[in-house]
Amino acid sequence: MAEDKIRASLLKESKASKREKHGKILSFAAIGLIVIVVVAIFIFVATRGIATFTVDKGSLWDFFTKSQWNPGATDKSGHPLIGALPMIVGSFAVTLLSAVVATPFAIAAAIYMVEISPRRGYKILQPVIELLVGIPSVVYGFVGLSLVVPFIRNHFGGTGFGILAGTMVLFVMILPTVTSMSVDALRSVPRYYREASLALGATRWQTTYKVVLRAAVPGIMTAVIFGMSRAFGEALAVQMVIGNAALLPQNLVSPASTLTSILTMGMGNSVMGSVSNNALWSLALLLLLMSLLFNILIHRISKKGALH
Amino acid sequence: MNAKRSDKIATGVLYAMSGIIVLILALLLFYILANGLPHISWHFLTAPAQSFEKGGGIGVQLFNSFYLLILSMVISTPISIWAGIYLSEYAKPNRLTNIIRTSIEILSSLPSVVVGLFGFLVFAVQAGFGFSILSGALALTVFNLPLLTRNVEDSLRSVAFTQREAGLALGLSRWETVIHVILPEALPGIITGMILSAGRVFGEAAALIYTAGQSAPTLDFTNWNPFYIASPLNPMRPAETLAVHIWKINSEGIIPDAAAVSAGASAVLIIAVLLFNILARLIGNKVYKRLTGV
Repeated sequence: MAEDKIRASLLKESKASKREKHGKILSFAAIGLIVIVVVAIFIFVATRGIATFTVDKGSLWDFFTKSQWNPGATDKSGHPLIGALPMIVGSFAVTLLSAVVATPFAIAAAIYMVEISPRRGYKILQPVIELLVGIPSVVYGFVGLSLVVPFIRNHFGGTGFGILAGTMVLFVMILPTVTSMSVDALRSVPRYYREASLALGATRWQTTYKVVLRAAVPGIMTAVIFGMSRAFGEALAVQMVIGNAALLPQNLVSPASTLTSILTMGMGNSVMGSVSNNALWSLALLLLLMSLLFNILIHRISKKGALH
Repeated sequence: MNAKRSDKIATGVLYAMSGIIVLILALLLFYILANGLPHISWHFLTAPAQSFEKGGGIGVQLFNSFYLLILSMVISTPISIWAGIYLSEYAKPNRLTNIIRTSIEILSSLPSVVVGLFGFLVFAVQAGFGFSILSGALALTVFNLPLLTRNVEDSLRSVAFTQREAGLALGLSRWETVIHVILPEALPGIITGMILSAGRVFGEAAALIYTAGQSAPTLDFTNWNPFYIASPLNPMRPAETLAVHIWKINSEGIIPDAAAVSAGASAVLIIAVLLFNILARLIGNKVYKRLTGV
């Protein structure tokens, strides 16, 4: 009998292994939840967004090429007017322009922080960049609305609302992200690259420009694309300064719109399941796919960069 | 142009461009604080907002922001810690782990407005929570989870492997080792990350306008029963936060002193974010000192 007791106690699962099992299940459940949420986001947004084309008979061609956005109404042949070209152009314009403006500044600040004066860079620029990241996007929007828009109105004409205002706001918003990722890219260039170049008699700028920057190209490109992906998805700050007119932008200071701005403005004014609501979900789907595309691009580049 | 000269010029340009960045921040902070601070008073911080008249405050919005922040942190903290533990302790380098990591990456790069719309569809409409604090907190959790999880994972990974060996050698299970040995040591990093993400959540608006809603019904601060409809603690009431309030009064512009109210509210937001940043730094430094014994 006594032997059996010992046998049973040996064969029984110990408390520790039970806890281990529970813990493992718990942690796996948590990670599973995150994956499920991601899948759910795609399924929910996609089913709503595709309904515009399957249920409401919108034409995919119109969506990308026409510029009349009035999903509640239909054209002569009975297709809803879902020309999203103005928003697509607006989104790409502010994204590309803000990246073009932000990249030189970000690279300059990164070079300053890594190559020229690491100590001062750490003391001054690092906190500056952290603060810029921390400022909420509505605050950027508010400053854009009360400072940038009047400035543009007075100096460039127009109402002040438009692509230019959106670009200026987004430039400041993505600057810290691009800078801190560029800093990481420059830091990951091995020290002996610099030493070799300096030993050849190159100046600091020659070393930076011809050696360090080129070695860091994949990292810097990742940083820029990451910044663009943030700019593309930014909603409220852009919405507050761009003017929200679903028209093709005539110039940089005419009221325009982006995917996100029409989305935030329109969602509250449409009824779930209606054509105009579904059309908005199509915009959201496009936004989602673009974010996915940026992600893939970043992956590709970092994979290629890793080969070197 | 000789090399030395171009070196000097390039250095000068780099100095100038870095200086411009510092100037931009200085201008931003100066503008917000100079315009906002004069409006901040006890009345402004506690009075309810006005819809059509001057002199409204941000009391309800401020309370909503904090309540929403706390609620979403309560939901997302345990999930992110468990998920982080899985990634750093249990995940094997295989395809499944790859899929998990990719999904977290995708989730963290999703535009917050998409997260908000998803929350609107799932929590507010399908689950029937409506525009409520609960919907908002869940949407913020979705928005917050990937970054928190990554932060927990990184903090756990930075703990020396010998600590794990020591725990296992004492006969602890893997889970017990994590909970009793690794997690306490990684805690400072985790807490710093949490506070920083709290700052992010505090200023988030795009994910909230269609989940927590854009209206702030008057609250009865004498009744704290969570089931009472006007109770501050009721999680099923619509709750406009401070960030959403700034957005709303600027895009609708019904109240006559919108500029003043949003300047004041922006200043409050900035100060809150600054405090979160400083707090994260202080705690990080303090714990670092304690750990390194300096």
